[in-house]
Amino acid sequence: MVLEFESVQKSFRDSEGDVPVLRGISFELAEGETLALTGESGSGKSTILHIASGLEAPGSGAVRVSGIDMTDLDDSGRAALRRSEIALVFQQFNLIPSLTVAANISFQAALAGRVDEAHIQQLVGALGLADQMKKYPEALSGGQQQRVAIARALAARPKLLLADEPTGNLDEGTAEDVLDEMLKLVAQTGAALMMVTHSPKIAARMDRQLTLKNGLVA
Amino acid sequence: MTLTCLRALLSHWRRNPVQLFAFLAGLALATALWSGVQAINAEARASYDAAASTLGEGQYDLLLPRQGDRIAQEVYVALRRSGWLVSPVIDGRLGDVRLVGIDPVTSPGGIAGSMSNEGQPALVFGQANRLIANAQTAGRLGDLAEVTINADIAPGVAIGDIGVVQNLLGRDDLTRLMVLPDQPGLQPDLGEVAPQLRLQLSDQMADVAQLTDSFHLNLTAFGLLSFAVGLFIVHSTIGLAFEQRRGMIRTLRSLGVPLRRIVVLITIEMLTLALIGAGLGIVLGYLIAALLLPDVAATLRGLYGAQISGTLELRPVWWASGLALALLGTAAALSSRIWQIARMPLLASVRPRAWVMATSSRFRLQTIAALALLGMAGVLALVGEGLVVGFALLGCLLIGAALTLPAVAERVLTFFQDRSTTPRWSWFWADTRQQLPGLSLAMMALLLAVSANIGVSTMVSSFRLTFVGFLDQRLAPELFIQVENAEESARLEAYLLQSTTDLLPLLSTQTEIAGQPARLFGARVGPTYRENWVFLDAVPKAWDVVEGGRGAVVNEQLARRADLWIGDNIQITSDLTLPIAAVVGDYGNPQGQVILSEALFGNLHPDLYPTRFGVRTEDPAQLRQDIVAALDIPDSAITNQAAIKALSLEIFERTFTVTSALNVLTLGVAGFAILMSLLTLADLRLPQLAPVWALGLTRRSLGQLELLRAVILAALVFVCAIPLGLALAWVLLTIVNVEAFGWQLPMFLFPAEYIQLGLYALLAAFLAASWPALRLMRTPPSALLKVFANER
Repeated sequence: MVLEFESVQKSFRDSEGDVPVLRGISFELAEGETLALTGESGSGKSTILHIASGLEAPGSGAVRVSGIDMTDLDDSGRAALRRSEIALVFQQFNLIPSLTVAANISFQAALAGRVDEAHIQQLVGALGLADQMKKYPEALSGGQQQRVAIARALAARPKLLLADEPTGNLDEGTAEDVLDEMLKLVAQTGAALMMVTHSPKIAARMDRQLTLKNGLVA
Repeated sequence: MTLTCLRALLSHWRRNPVQLFAFLAGLALATALWSGVQAINAEARASYDAAASTLGEGQYDLLLPRQGDRIAQEVYVALRRSGWLVSPVIDGRLGDVRLVGIDPVTSPGGIAGSMSNEGQPALVFGQANRLIANAQTAGRLGDLAEVTINADIAPGVAIGDIGVVQNLLGRDDLTRLMVLPDQPGLQPDLGEVAPQLRLQLSDQMADVAQLTDSFHLNLTAFGLLSFAVGLFIVHSTIGLAFEQRRGMIRTLRSLGVPLRRIVVLITIEMLTLALIGAGLGIVLGYLIAALLLPDVAATLRGLYGAQISGTLELRPVWWASGLALALLGTAAALSSRIWQIARMPLLASVRPRAWVMATSSRFRLQTIAALALLGMAGVLALVGEGLVVGFALLGCLLIGAALTLPAVAERVLTFFQDRSTTPRWSWFWADTRQQLPGLSLAMMALLLAVSANIGVSTMVSSFRLTFVGFLDQRLAPELFIQVENAEESARLEAYLLQSTTDLLPLLSTQTEIAGQPARLFGARVGPTYRENWVFLDAVPKAWDVVEGGRGAVVNEQLARRADLWIGDNIQITSDLTLPIAAVVGDYGNPQGQVILSEALFGNLHPDLYPTRFGVRTEDPAQLRQDIVAALDIPDSAITNQAAIKALSLEIFERTFTVTSALNVLTLGVAGFAILMSLLTLADLRLPQLAPVWALGLTRRSLGQLELLRAVILAALVFVCAIPLGLALAWVLLTIVNVEAFGWQLPMFLFPAEYIQLGLYALLAAFLAASWPALRLMRTPPSALLKVFANER
């Protein structure tokens, strides 16, 4: 399994005390499998994504990525696991504005120490970014920026791709195109994909759906 | 990973060169002004140390003539024969070089030893025509003598065997005798062997380093102020750079870079940049110091008689302190940002936030801190004493006022917003309020610079007015004549009594009064004193009291240092104590002075005769000619009153050249701070301006409003700077000057100067805002439209 959640609980503290967000979530994600995480706002979707990426620690339970239990790792260990096994695609693209498109795409692969130029060129070609490589992100449209973010994520050959509403900022036509390209490339690389989405249409294109309600799997 | 991450961090500066320039230039300017001032101070102190170690100045007790400035050789021989272990010194000037002759055999080991060259004594008794000096002084001596170069010799001084120097000066007498530390203890009293000499203990001598301390402290305070203004730029640039890199830092973390690594890399990055900026600043500081050093040297020579080297050395003490301050300043600005990074929620929205938006709690905290500092300033003003307290008071006042500025500006802008009737102006005032957090650091820098300018120029101009008035009082006689001996003195007096309207013989001797070195004068009280001298405080008919031998006039320095005033008694000698009849201002003189009547002085020192005469006459040129012709007194011994006044004023003006230069530089740095803040904010302004543009304001109008905003904010700063500057002047005149120089000056106001300064501040703000405004006017519509497309 690429990702395993086992009875994961998580609470946040606010002025009125502890607010439970996840109340014991368990699920698995196999290699090459795609999973849509759906549910109302505040149901805990993003929290699952943050815990799966190691950006947040669970309150209790176990989270394993490629068999490694995240709860045994400190911040540096989780960061190392994120570099080597996980990639993230955000709604806001989160490109580095001061780096060119080319430098942005190879960035995570360089961090992980495994830049594969041929693989990058293949991704660039597939995403139609060949003419944009020397530009800076500010010169690109939203759809192009999200393509760069996808290329950056897949260039590092992650085993787990986590996407947080990756087409939420794009118009319908562009969103469709970007999603097509992403799913095709994920299938080619064999990575597992977990995507947070509000769109039933997008969720329907995933292998499985996990709907959350009040911190539990509905 | 480290390299990739560092490359990403550094790419920010490559894409934002203006910000990089602002950071480096801010730090360079701050370090330049600080290290330049420190370089000057270090050079001066090294010169004082060299003088102390090579000439023994301030280290040994001295025997000095009670009258005049020469000792006959026979007196020295008599003292040695009677058992006094003394060593002769002759001191004189040859052109602009001070020649000091010592006796290598009898001089204290420390002095001769410090001049040894590679283990060999540099001075050999009677060695023909050889002097020792540093390279610079050697150049000035030319072919006059063979010169051995020794870098440790004080600047402007050449030392040689006493016989050699006597020959060069054409004299056969001595200037002083150094009393060696280990006296046999059986020698007769000085009064028996050499009644014409007096003993001056080394700890009573006015140490030049001590005398000039206040001058250097003033320079340091100015350097620190400039540094603070520069640091405002650094702080604001670092804040902006972090704000703009929030997204990048979040992305780096989400891509697997550990927090600790990011913190370490950012720290290394910023400190490396700080090192580069500080390095540039040190080079710039060296140039500033080299430029200002001649004026400082002239000031120190004029005010204190201190010689300092005209060339600048790269001394670790100043460049290291500049570097350390720059790094510390950067680290301080960095630490709060690093703390923010550590607490930053990772996957929250990374939309660009209006940078450093002040929350009401931040404003509240800042205002509380400001009030606390202003309260502390009030307490220090009421109860504090001493120079350090004076500067602490200045610090509290300036920082407290600077921190209050955003709150004051907020209220003023709200006032205008509430009264604006058109939507355009309503938006303008509201938008200006919104800019306050981003501009407040630059505004504070401008406030500090302008108020420092007002404060210092008020002090200098008040000083100038007082000083000119003081010269008119003191230099009432049209001619001053110096005599060589008692016989010449008597002849001159007899001659002048027939031909002048008022004759003022000046009797004087060096002594110790109220535990301090002081000059005691005997004055013939006449109409000149009565009509011209203005006292700071006096008993009724003070000159009558002095003339009758029932009181003394003391100068302000002595009165303040000894904590005496009118009505108190002052002990002149062990047998004579007099009430203080008047306290008189005495500017530009570090020493205490006491004035008695001529008769009383004569009773105390019957062997002394007037060596200097002030003469009132209606035809000074004719009288001068007559004296030279009739009495064979050289023309060079007669000084014209106008010449002395001109010289004194020239010394005064040069004294404040450094201050004026630092004033201008500080204002320049503040103008630069505004420019950098506006430039770096310009990009963040687009989302705020695009909607107004879309609603119908042209880019040209927006640019013009940006210019107007800068000028209005500068005007607001200027209005706040006036009371602050005047408070600063008050502290300088009534606290710092009294502690530093021993005198208090009246404060005058110079509205025309302030208005001129205000116009400069507005011009600086206008110029600083021109570039960003022009950029805004030329922003392509597509860039503004992107704001609505959410593609920025």
